[in-house]
Amino acid sequence: MFYREAGHYKTSYAADQAIFPLRLDRWFVIAVVAFAFLGMPVIATQYVYTEVLIPVLILSIAAIGLNLLTGYCGQVSLGTGGFMAVGAYAAYNLALRLPETNLILVFLFAGVMAMLVGILFGLPSLRIKGFYLAVATLAAQFFLEWLFARVKWFTNYAPSGSVAVGRIELFGIPIDTPQKRYLLVLAIVVVLTLAAKNLVRGRIGRMWMAMRDMDIAAEIIGIRPLHAKLSAFAVSSFYIGIAGALWGFFRLGSWEPLAFDINRSFQVLFMIIIGGLGSILGSFLGAAFIVLVPIFLNQLPHWIGIPVSTATISHIEFMVFGVMIVLFLIAEPQGLARLWAIGKEKLRIWPFPY
Amino acid sequence: MLGPIFETLIGGLLTGVLYSLVALGFVLIFKASGVFNFAQGAMVLFAALSLARLSEVMPFLAALALTVLIMIALAYAIEFLVLRHLVNQEGIILFMATLGVAYFLDGFGQTIWGSDIYKIDLGLPKNPVFILESVFAGGLLIDPSELIAAVICAVLVAVLAVFFQFTRVGRALRAVADDHQAAQSVGIPLDHIWLMVWAVAGIVALVAGMMWGAKLGVQFSLALVALKALPVLILGGFTSIPGAIVGGLIIGAGEKLAEVLLGPVLIRWFDLAGGGIENWFAYMLALMFLLFRPQGLFGEKIIERV
Repeated sequence: MFYREAGHYKTSYAADQAIFPLRLDRWFVIAVVAFAFLGMPVIATQYVYTEVLIPVLILSIAAIGLNLLTGYCGQVSLGTGGFMAVGAYAAYNLALRLPETNLILVFLFAGVMAMLVGILFGLPSLRIKGFYLAVATLAAQFFLEWLFARVKWFTNYAPSGSVAVGRIELFGIPIDTPQKRYLLVLAIVVVLTLAAKNLVRGRIGRMWMAMRDMDIAAEIIGIRPLHAKLSAFAVSSFYIGIAGALWGFFRLGSWEPLAFDINRSFQVLFMIIIGGLGSILGSFLGAAFIVLVPIFLNQLPHWIGIPVSTATISHIEFMVFGVMIVLFLIAEPQGLARLWAIGKEKLRIWPFPY
Repeated sequence: MLGPIFETLIGGLLTGVLYSLVALGFVLIFKASGVFNFAQGAMVLFAALSLARLSEVMPFLAALALTVLIMIALAYAIEFLVLRHLVNQEGIILFMATLGVAYFLDGFGQTIWGSDIYKIDLGLPKNPVFILESVFAGGLLIDPSELIAAVICAVLVAVLAVFFQFTRVGRALRAVADDHQAAQSVGIPLDHIWLMVWAVAGIVALVAGMMWGAKLGVQFSLALVALKALPVLILGGFTSIPGAIVGGLIIGAGEKLAEVLLGPVLIRWFDLAGGGIENWFAYMLALMFLLFRPQGLFGEKIIERV
């Protein structure tokens, strides 16, 4: 009744190819973005900014990046943490060594560096696939982690091995409050999401999906695996690199390689499994879910009044994540994004029976 | 000069045997059900934790028997709660499911058994001994407990080989590994077979956990040590038991030699803050290897059709 495809008359090619062909979808997205920019700053507190909004947004970028590679192109990667580290350290070093560089350029540089490293580690994907590739990306993860822990140049010879970013400013405006950080991250998220959304529904996205569904068949109909796989690795690592730089600059402030260890890789992988493989919306839902569950679990004992040690909570967190992954794979392999789609289906006829 | 290198080599080979033990569990499950079981490492940790904590309250052999029962129960639970519902799914979905199982087991084990460092005392001699003193000046220093681990590993492999080759169940397992549908059509019950394989893998995990636990102490990092079994698998091929053994030996010896020989060179050239290249060397070795032989040393040749 309220949500339906009928009655939308497309009279031009442009209208036919719009990202959101339905008016209701379009309004909904505009409303969400407008609320994020205008409404959120009114209601959000410091805690909400730093613990919820900023992590969710930044990890969404990483999840979109991994989703492009794993969900759309079918190449499983366990090296997300390593590529995020490349982005973070690239941004740190550029900001440190050329302090006048514009912040946007710093993040772009982070993305490009991660992209180059991603292409390098994506090369084996031309020979190997599936589990073998997953293990090969583990090589990237462990090697990069080691690289940033051991090569002193990357950490500017800091004796502790941890690095800290200095003053951050954009066009002369210091980005010092959580609110400003949030707005900047949000703007970047909007731009990158729009780009990703357009990428996957165009020629490149279809090339990736053909590769995912059956690589040999795709090859036979004329898709070059070299182009398809390496471009997926490149774009994916670009996103992940930017996410890494943002994570370092706006979430952590100072960090050591441990912040980008293998658990980060798994975290992002869980996001796209729970959110939905091959879905941009799913990346956001998954990121929100994975960030919010630990916060919820930490608060739960306070609410019901049972004292539980933090160690136990972190173990229970592991258990809950494990169970949820299995449950999602069994019950809804397409993740939260699929639930969203089912909800929309239901809305077409609701409140009438048919 | 040669003495220390041989010493490193032997130390590496013995560590490699332990990698092989973990890799063996992976291979068993992959062969029989095509599931890439990421939870093998978590199973190693879980088994070791159970054994360590149980042996605090009861005699060692009783604890061992009870842990075997726990691992069989665990295999049953995994088959009943997870795998049964994921039949006919793609390999990658199953892989991610075992990732979930691994997370659950890590959390579960530490919640019920605690997360401190525990000891498993196998009563093995701890003091290093010198061998071959007549050949090398000063002899070679080796750890007898690692030597015993190697012997246990060899025995285990022999038992498994006999089990696979000569028993009724073993024959059924090989049939399932060859072709699920054909095996089913001649009346082999798939779920029993899978239960069996997971139980055997659980017991192999227990042996691995026991040896690693005696060496390093039982703690969370055991699950990470188990990740090292992955490059071993790649090197040896996912479906080959001899591959797991040879791969383990190559990786074990390779990374120790790299640490000793290559490490100082890298530190000098690139001004590093310490070595530790054994953290990634195994993976890189496997990666380089994959480029030339994608199916591993002993793996079956991958033939693809549309």
